[in-house]
Amino acid sequence: MKETKQQLTGADIFFECLRKEKVEYIFGYPGGAVLKLYEKLYDIDFLQHIKTHHEQGATHAAEGYARVTGKVGVVLVTSGPGATNTVTGITNAYMDSSPIVVFTGQVPTKLIGNDAFQEADIVGITRPITKHNFLVRDVNELAETIRKAFYIASTGRPGPVLVDLPKDVINSVCKFEYPEKIEIRGYKPNFIGHQNQIKKAAAMLKKSKRPLLYVGGGVIMSGGSRELTYFAKENNLPVTMTLQGLGAFPGNDNLSLGMLGMHGTYWANQAVNSCDLLIALGARFDDRVTGKIDSFASNAYKIHVDIDPTAIDKNVIVDLPIVGDVKHVIAELASEMNEQLDLSDWWNQINKWKEECPFEKDPNDGKLRTQFVIEKISEKTKGEAIIVSDVGQHQMWIAQHYKFVNPRSHISSGGLGTMGFSVPAAIGAAFGIKDRPIISISGDGGFQMNIQELITAVAYKLPIKFIVINNSFLGMVRQWQELFHAEKYSFTDLSQSNINFPKVAEAFGLAAFSTDNPEEVEATLDKAFAINDRPVFIEFKVVKEDMVFPMVPAGASISDMMTKRLNPKTMV
Amino acid sequence: MKHTISVLLENRFGAFNRVATMFSGRGFNVHSISIGETEDPEISRMTLVTEGDDQIIEQVVKQLNRLIDTIKVVDLSGQPRVERELALISVNYQKGTRNELTNISEIFRGKIVDINNKSLTLEITGPPDKIDAAINVLSQYGIKEIARSGTVALKRGEQSKVQSKSSLIKEKET
Repeated sequence: MKETKQQLTGADIFFECLRKEKVEYIFGYPGGAVLKLYEKLYDIDFLQHIKTHHEQGATHAAEGYARVTGKVGVVLVTSGPGATNTVTGITNAYMDSSPIVVFTGQVPTKLIGNDAFQEADIVGITRPITKHNFLVRDVNELAETIRKAFYIASTGRPGPVLVDLPKDVINSVCKFEYPEKIEIRGYKPNFIGHQNQIKKAAAMLKKSKRPLLYVGGGVIMSGGSRELTYFAKENNLPVTMTLQGLGAFPGNDNLSLGMLGMHGTYWANQAVNSCDLLIALGARFDDRVTGKIDSFASNAYKIHVDIDPTAIDKNVIVDLPIVGDVKHVIAELASEMNEQLDLSDWWNQINKWKEECPFEKDPNDGKLRTQFVIEKISEKTKGEAIIVSDVGQHQMWIAQHYKFVNPRSHISSGGLGTMGFSVPAAIGAAFGIKDRPIISISGDGGFQMNIQELITAVAYKLPIKFIVINNSFLGMVRQWQELFHAEKYSFTDLSQSNINFPKVAEAFGLAAFSTDNPEEVEATLDKAFAINDRPVFIEFKVVKEDMVFPMVPAGASISDMMTKRLNPKTMV
Repeated sequence: MKHTISVLLENRFGAFNRVATMFSGRGFNVHSISIGETEDPEISRMTLVTEGDDQIIEQVVKQLNRLIDTIKVVDLSGQPRVERELALISVNYQKGTRNELTNISEIFRGKIVDINNKSLTLEITGPPDKIDAAINVLSQYGIKEIARSGTVALKRGEQSKVQSKSSLIKEKET
């Protein structure tokens, strides 16, 4: 490593480190404190810098990239407002355990604390929303810190790491050596599940008459989808998935019960209620999943597999915890199973629930509804597109009606519920995956929150399909207002603003389509999908007052689902 | 129930803050925190007194472990340990009460560390309940000010060397 031991500036070291980490893309926005880095960037060819149009967009884009590829997403922004604009994106990545590393410029070390121009204590601000963060105070610590940042972000339960880079550190020089191995004595993520615990889990499963797999995003992050699919199919086990778990197991398989929880399927929630063994795999018993906690799977023994010990017994006390990489644990568990379980009674019961309360059929009244649009997109793409949803009703309808067949193909803001996530996240995803369609789906509310990133998609000629489900309402909030807030539609009606979305999209340089006719949906999709040299915008004007059902009211037991509109008191 | 938790953490910029931020962010109670250097100048020892049911304390310990800057976390409650707190208590006195205060100080094995013509300051060291008892007795004389250090604690007996975080696998009978 002789050639690397020359004196380099902090800026050079920064890029050498990124080269060592095999970074392909940086999502960023230039500014005063990072001028030196952008000066170097000008001549660098081993990675590409993607300029977004807002730092929040850069952060969501990095997360979109990270989630479709499993690699670390990288962000570079300036100090002060550049740094604070990343806060929502970082929190989003923290809540959904996405590996991103955010580099922020900082004022020179001597000025820190002086309320200097564009100074913000971003390390202090992001302490509770990062897995870890660093302020680099000496150029000699730079390489090791960057190495640690990537290591921490991508191992164990992944998460965002922020590295704050004062201007003088970037300008100073020192010898460069990239540490091949690093040792962090306070950080030893567990990888291997405890053998005895896995044996106990297998014994419990063998005794179970009504087992259920409850699958979360951890299975996708660990790369355990194949192991899960094998395990479930070999043992004929019903699989229900969380919002972030969708795609971990093929949604078109008979063993899939779809999503559980607040807007989950009736049959999945009934299965949770009646199972005698619940195996949680890389899931965290979130309140949108459990509803009223005391009655969640109250008849079941619970096994919880997670790499993060804090996830265990946090919301629900379980009978058998297994701390470890869920992919490894599933494989081990599968190998312990050597006899066929007889689950025919259980499956008969589940199928009865399926018939009892299926999703409502489209009334075929000539009006366009979101469910219909999503089903058409699912059919057209055979469940193989990357769907990047925003937050709200359309997000839940996607979860219900798009049949995801592959992991890392459903990208959504789950934990934080960030409106405005979809447009920039889809841009990041488009850099990560080039051989499958990338479809961003937003409501008309969320679409406006990061609408400026359409320019980024145009600038890089990304063939993303930006779909807006336009009901001229903040639909999910409106739904709650109708059901629980005396029908006072306070500030959720967007019809006054009456935006001509296709014209806006065209002004940005996208091809644009719009329809409110169910019969034109397929033809519109065909036209949009025929364009692949630039982004395309498609507006579907849907009925205003539709609601997502079934629904578990917040705090109610998941067995008490509202399944029909106009009859909220009908509890099944 | 109160728990005394001993945390070894990196003696590094922001490490203490991470612990404090985690406690407030997750809504855990803190009765006292004390922190200082250890025999290894790169490591600080923090002694936390917190309160909660078993599930909460389990989360407190896990969440502490989860922080990258913590090296070792031990819940000392239920273990043989030495616990001490130091309090400086400034009390008013009148002519007749100075001797009484001196006696009280002796009973609690305290020291008078400062005096002026209106008040005197006692230094008392011991387990937190002893400090509470002293304050209780002294309050009738009129306490002007109190400064308490918070609890510091060490496990009794042979000390284990600083080790990396052990896995938190909990063995439960099924």
